[in-house]
Amino acid sequence: MRRLFKLSLQKPELAGALLLVLLVIVFQVRSDYVFLSVNNIRGILGLLPETALVALGVTLLMICGEFDLSVGSVFALMPMTMAVLVVGGWPFWLAVGAGLTLCAFVGFVNGWITIRFDIPSFITTLGMMFMARSMTVVISGGFPPRIRPGEVPNWMFAGFVDDGNLIRASVLWFIGIAVLISLLLSKTNFGNWVRATGGFMPAAAAMGIPTGKVKIACFMICSVLAGFAGMIQSLRLNSFLPSIGEGMELQAVAAAVIGGTALAGGVGSIVGGLIGATLIRVIDNGMVMSQVDANWFKFAIGALTIFAVVGNAWLRRRGRAMKVETDK
Amino acid sequence: MNTPIIETRNLHKWYSGVHALKGVSLKVERGQALGLVGDNGAGKSTLINILSGLHHQDDGEVLVEGAQTNIRNPKDAMGLGIETIYQYNSMVPLMTISRNVFIGREPLKWSIGGFGILDENKMREDSVKAIADVDLHLRSPDALVGELSGGQRQGVAIARAMHFKSKVMILDEPTNHLSVKETAKVIGFVKGLKAQGVTSIFISHNMHHVFACCDRIVAMALGQIVLDKPVSETSIEEVSEKL
Repeated sequence: MRRLFKLSLQKPELAGALLLVLLVIVFQVRSDYVFLSVNNIRGILGLLPETALVALGVTLLMICGEFDLSVGSVFALMPMTMAVLVVGGWPFWLAVGAGLTLCAFVGFVNGWITIRFDIPSFITTLGMMFMARSMTVVISGGFPPRIRPGEVPNWMFAGFVDDGNLIRASVLWFIGIAVLISLLLSKTNFGNWVRATGGFMPAAAAMGIPTGKVKIACFMICSVLAGFAGMIQSLRLNSFLPSIGEGMELQAVAAAVIGGTALAGGVGSIVGGLIGATLIRVIDNGMVMSQVDANWFKFAIGALTIFAVVGNAWLRRRGRAMKVETDK
Repeated sequence: MNTPIIETRNLHKWYSGVHALKGVSLKVERGQALGLVGDNGAGKSTLINILSGLHHQDDGEVLVEGAQTNIRNPKDAMGLGIETIYQYNSMVPLMTISRNVFIGREPLKWSIGGFGILDENKMREDSVKAIADVDLHLRSPDALVGELSGGQRQGVAIARAMHFKSKVMILDEPTNHLSVKETAKVIGFVKGLKAQGVTSIFISHNMHHVFACCDRIVAMALGQIVLDKPVSETSIEEVSEKL
């Protein structure tokens, strides 16, 4: 029992999870008990899968020891590419395929340049952030493409799937992808390589893991997830704007870090990333519902990021210091 | 006459203008425990980095069991049965023992194109067995390597190499930064290798450690071999003089 307690104290996502429960209770009371109402949960669930998908990819990449600032721009680039192609007469699915391929290519370039020239991914992806945003505006031609309602199957990605109009298809997409990535990380040899590469690269390389390829694969998965999330948002709003996703890159990093992912790599979990993303959405929404000035939102996220990291480190130290029987 | 298990012929290596290896030819006999000594920059690390696949020679040949080889990366070296244990570099502290034992060589339940689902039970059982085989007793294969002592980590690394049936084990400064007690343990592991017929190359700049467990001493200085004698025919004083 005590050992179980010790083990859970050392879980990196613990601080975030505790905070989430606490905040939900606080917001529920402060909002005169409407925070957990069906209408409000519907609002949270609309936005959550989009942020969370981006956070998921960033978490995976951070566990691998790299970093991606271009996800916000890719978030806009993918739906814009798709919309421009659809307007140009391409079938929907082909346009989706082309958009996601472009994302994979962006991820590949991020990874390849980072590995090939041995530069920090912070720099590579900062550059890519500007480039991808610029490309988005250029291909839109300055005017957002107009897609007539019904021309694309919005319902498959953003429509409600239940009678109560609570759960959107995007939630199901998100759950499916999250389970898949989580299994990839914990149950496959590729996941083992990702953790080894991010945990201690010289060891991974010495044991024959193709660390460069593993990192590039993570960059590509990260970009594709960001693009996919952007497409879901655009289809939900049924508008294709070149400005969506601005600032998202840092929210995604914050979500991963709040969920216990270490900036240095090797530590973290998909569940942690999900908890982090949920916390951000809960704070955003909860502050509005409790009638706090919305301009405090960024302050709260910032404070939370620092607090979560400090809290995690503290809990982990406490967990490690706890005495349990170490013999068999 | 026996073919040497590893033979290098006239190896040369330059690092951005520095001639780090100047024609090193060395024969390592099967089952031998070879101690490789030398000061920093003498070329020991360069030589073993070539054998373990981290670097490639600029000139010269490496023969394994009499056959020409082209070792391009660590995987190739491991495929030839050459396993290297580094001072720090062979374990990921944040991963469990069983995962560390199988890094890069995970047993899979099923796979497509080299990717697949880990066989975690097999990883756990085999790593417990491998560790017990080198006479190391740890409480659980699920403990993090970061929680082990330096000597225990080297023990796990050696257990890993044994599990994969390496023929040659290269130990690069395995006793650095270890306490006296832990060092004795690692030297014990190396002696155990000889008993099991595994060839070992033990690199250290601590003569006492090398003399304690090797049966042949090779000393390097300035990229060349300056002394090569059975341990019984030389002394720490003689070797130190040559460096």
